[in-house]
Amino acid sequence: MDVRMSIDASTAARVAKLARIRVEEAALPALADEFNTILGFIEQLGEVDIDGVEPMVSVTPQRLRMRADEVSDGAQADKVLSNAPDAREGFFAVPKVVE
Amino acid sequence: MMEDLNRLSLSEARDALRRRDTTAEAITRACLEAIDAAGALNAFVHKTPELAVARARAADARLATGDAPDMCGLPVGIKDLFCTRGVASQAGSRILEGFVPEYESTVSQKLADDGAVMLGKLNMDEFAMGSSNETSVYGNAVNPWRRGNDETALTPGGSSGGSAAAVAADLCLAATGTDTGGSIRQPAAFTGTVGIKPTYGRCSRWGIVAFASSLDQAGPMTKTVRDAAIMLRAMSGHDPKDSTSAQLPVPDFEAALTGDIRGKTIGIPREYRMDGMPDEIEALWTRGREMMQDAGARIVDISLPHTKYALPAYYVIAPAEASSNLARYDGVRYGHRAALAQGDGITEMYEKTRAEGFGPEVQRRVMIGTYVLSAGFYDAYYNRARKVRTLIKRDFETVFAEGVDAILTPATPSAAFGLGEMADADPVRMYLNDVFTVTVNLAGLPGIAVPAGLDRQGLPLGLQLIGRPWEEGALLNAAFAVERAAGFVAKPAKWW
Repeated sequence: MDVRMSIDASTAARVAKLARIRVEEAALPALADEFNTILGFIEQLGEVDIDGVEPMVSVTPQRLRMRADEVSDGAQADKVLSNAPDAREGFFAVPKVVE
Repeated sequence: MMEDLNRLSLSEARDALRRRDTTAEAITRACLEAIDAAGALNAFVHKTPELAVARARAADARLATGDAPDMCGLPVGIKDLFCTRGVASQAGSRILEGFVPEYESTVSQKLADDGAVMLGKLNMDEFAMGSSNETSVYGNAVNPWRRGNDETALTPGGSSGGSAAAVAADLCLAATGTDTGGSIRQPAAFTGTVGIKPTYGRCSRWGIVAFASSLDQAGPMTKTVRDAAIMLRAMSGHDPKDSTSAQLPVPDFEAALTGDIRGKTIGIPREYRMDGMPDEIEALWTRGREMMQDAGARIVDISLPHTKYALPAYYVIAPAEASSNLARYDGVRYGHRAALAQGDGITEMYEKTRAEGFGPEVQRRVMIGTYVLSAGFYDAYYNRARKVRTLIKRDFETVFAEGVDAILTPATPSAAFGLGEMADADPVRMYLNDVFTVTVNLAGLPGIAVPAGLDRQGLPLGLQLIGRPWEEGALLNAAFAVERAAGFVAKPAKWW
């Protein structure tokens, strides 16, 4: 596995952006260091011979069951909205999305 | 009148209720008093005394009819990770502050249906990410055990730290826990209690706040192996709302507890003998081996060659799944939303909400997960880890096919450590706590921690037994044999 590039502050910033977590500029170098420690630990996986091995999809061999395509729940908008930070007229309210 | 009702085990209380020696309400009130006097342990973080008394009275009425399930009238604590209708359920996180579910997790519903009495919600690491209960928004849970007369506050382990502390301190008769990499078994070992993680799919995950869905399983944390058998039966069973829950009958696990393990083959995996393992852990493991041999089991040395790669694989797979699962905390549907500045749009709302709502360890894992799933790294990290996971499971399948019935290992690499002691360590050092437990989650197997002795400082140490898939009954019976042979009866001296 030849991805052993060390993470720098700008990569850390990109990851934080992808994860939608605001990280202050000043905190990025320390975050990058932590990533490098953890990724350094993970790098050991490169030693394992994985030729011809299937990636695990399900830990217990089972087929996902199908259920009848019928409405089994619903019509409880009040309950669905009851924990919303901002709900109006039966909808979740958010800041403007489209300019 | 019976005294110290909160100190009863589940089986003792069940039997006492059937003899009419006491009432569910009396046991419940004893627990509520114990909880109120144990603020120093910070185990219960949301108390539900009115609900508990109401449920206890209902249980007493049901018991009077003479036909009630084992768990009827028995007061238990519920880990904060379980959604409980009308009762705060925060997963130990700021981002779920104020969240009050409109629904009940399947496992807590099953316990309630059997008449179990919920006393409240228990402290835990934030989103179950931690091994010391130090990442909780509620602050640390504290282990009732101390090093002799030394007053240093010790961790009860994590992530089910509140559950372990509460059971060890007799604040409840038993508690629910969840285990993604060792979060039931490590805290059980740190507190001299019993904890079983069943086979993946035995308990429904529906309504349990998700961390890493392919690894998460609920299980009981109890004072005895018998109690674990009783409570696991009540928690188990197929649930159409969890597509990974197994459509298998739930056996009477308690009926499997004969204590007879003659002729059983117990494997001792050589890869679990770690460099720098403390002598006392090594000695405990040897004693465990001798106890099982004396009970008539055949002991064989086995090899699980990919053990070393379990933790690194886990620290790819679990964060990857967490980054996906925790994407739902966006400040829109529930929980915390950050105050926004003039002109902030939806992206700022997401980013500020998640920065304020998630603690440092959760942020770290979400970002690691994001990284290993990102374009260009998916194959190198995520797919490689899933292939290694296949090999780890194959290691176990091989030894089971060779006739091994159960595997004996230490539960943890050390006894409970001091709160704050790992504060300056890099994250990987904390992760090493799960070195003996994490393989079991990756392979989907049942594993149980049983208290087996005390170290020189008077702290409990646990052994772990790993069983064949779906054979929790045989596993509990092996644990029962160890429990009987070890004769562990020590309790923490009350200081709180």
